[in-house]
Amino acid sequence: MSIGIEHYLTVAAMLFVIGIFGIFLNRKNIIVILMSIELMLLAVNINMVAFSSYMGDLAGQIFTLFILTVAAAEAAIGLAILVVFYRNRGSIDVSDVNVMKG
Amino acid sequence: MIGNDISVILPELVIAGAAMMVLMWGVFVKREVGPQALWLIALLFIGAGGWIALTGRGSDTAFGGMFVNDAFSRFAKVTMLWSGAAVLLMSKEYLMRAKLLKFEFPVLVALAMVGMMMMVSAGDMMALYMGLELQALSLYIIAAFNRDSLRSSEAGLKYFVLGALSSGLLLYGMSLVYGYTGATGFAEINQVIEAEGLPIGAVFGLVFIVSGMAFKVSAAPFHMWTPDVYEGSPTPVTALFATAPKMAAAAMITRILFDAFGGAISDWQQILVLLALLSMYIGAIAAIGQTNIKRLMAYSSIGHMGFALMGLAAGTELGVQNMLIYMVVYVATNIGVFAFILNMEKDGRAVTDISALSLYSKVAPGRALALLVLMFSLAGIPPLVGFFAKLYVLQAAFDAGLAWLAIAAVIASVISAYYYLRIVYLMYFGEPVDALNGKMPVLHLGLLTVSSAILVFGIVNLFGLEGYAANAAAALLG
Repeated sequence: MSIGIEHYLTVAAMLFVIGIFGIFLNRKNIIVILMSIELMLLAVNINMVAFSSYMGDLAGQIFTLFILTVAAAEAAIGLAILVVFYRNRGSIDVSDVNVMKG
Repeated sequence: MIGNDISVILPELVIAGAAMMVLMWGVFVKREVGPQALWLIALLFIGAGGWIALTGRGSDTAFGGMFVNDAFSRFAKVTMLWSGAAVLLMSKEYLMRAKLLKFEFPVLVALAMVGMMMMVSAGDMMALYMGLELQALSLYIIAAFNRDSLRSSEAGLKYFVLGALSSGLLLYGMSLVYGYTGATGFAEINQVIEAEGLPIGAVFGLVFIVSGMAFKVSAAPFHMWTPDVYEGSPTPVTALFATAPKMAAAAMITRILFDAFGGAISDWQQILVLLALLSMYIGAIAAIGQTNIKRLMAYSSIGHMGFALMGLAAGTELGVQNMLIYMVVYVATNIGVFAFILNMEKDGRAVTDISALSLYSKVAPGRALALLVLMFSLAGIPPLVGFFAKLYVLQAAFDAGLAWLAIAAVIASVISAYYYLRIVYLMYFGEPVDALNGKMPVLHLGLLTVSSAILVFGIVNLFGLEGYAANAAAALLG
């Protein structure tokens, strides 16, 4: 069996859904949420590269490079905010992010 | 070649360069340069806004269509720059009192502004994404700017997690649209759609993109972050969130829907109708029980975004024009409201509880009157400008055959009038309480006066706003 574009898209869709569920069903730790966000962005990258190579069009791979750099900046800012939060709250449990009820 | 491109993006380059220079200045000068940096960036915003308003002609594209400078983007940019400047100037006293006026604050606002200008000018999904992230990353930081406050850091954390989630949704949608249309440029995508219809994969992509953008404009059911972030952030930051980024996100969603998916209006119209309806009702009903004025303004912004999206859901040039007018009126009103909220304090401590406004008309009749005008305008009571802004979007929806949505919107508007009028009721007929005693700086008083004066006298003349909005809508759809 040869591996076609649909396999890549399926893997990417699965990773993306795992990422979303990781954010919403996770009851333990905010680091896990940051990991889930990365997972979502990486799923998008797989999609982009798969489409790009399938169509023989470079734009998708260039887009992937941009997404990778932005994901790195996003992770840095996310961790920085998390450290600030930890200093104030003394915990990074998801259940402790509850001062304001939204 | 490159010279032409650079001259098109010159305003963005100047602001980005200034932000970096102020950053270097702040780092290498030993004393705190926060106030000077704030003034510098605010004046730069005013100047850049005037520059764009006065010199902008026709439409140009740069970098192979990635960046579009047309009447639509200029309209949004001038609104964002001037409202951003007003918010920066207002925030000085509050930040000084809270010892938060570090030079990073204006730098981050300037970078967020560059991102917003990029968003409204993007002609390609890549440019849109980069602008969006530049704006979002800067705003995450200033939401958590009061880093010793638990509430502020929690607001930053919530904003970050939900904002990153929405970026993920948006990107996934973009990857599907790219895969099924084979292009990232808005014009190319639209060519494909007009030639062969919207492929089914791109329909999924469109739904993901609209969901991701609905987060950014805080439309229900993607509004969960708004009340918490508005409440937790320092008040000047809340004022910023309620003005320039809202305009930028509304303009961004308009541009991508009409430029890239203009051939598939019937596909996204129903999504926008749903978003508009839910936002109007959630904004109206959930605000009723609020006691914190910042949370109240958060729900108010959700409801108002519902009205703006209703104009967009019409899918017509008139709809876009009236949505732009609505957003400008909303931004102008919010500047006034936040000039008031920033000065709600008792013995030097900021107060955000609505009940503290009880009998405020006895303490400061002028300010109470100005807030009365602003609240009446937000509620859409004639003959204030807020009423006409609402009327315009209702008319656009009605003309597009969405009469039932227009009727539902009027009912939502009546429900939401309750909580706006409750503030007015408290100010004039409330129980006596310990009065607020904050002094109001001249600049804030000026902004409050100008904002409420515009809402009263704007019915006579809005300085040609309708004409500019019509030009902007024609540039996008013409």
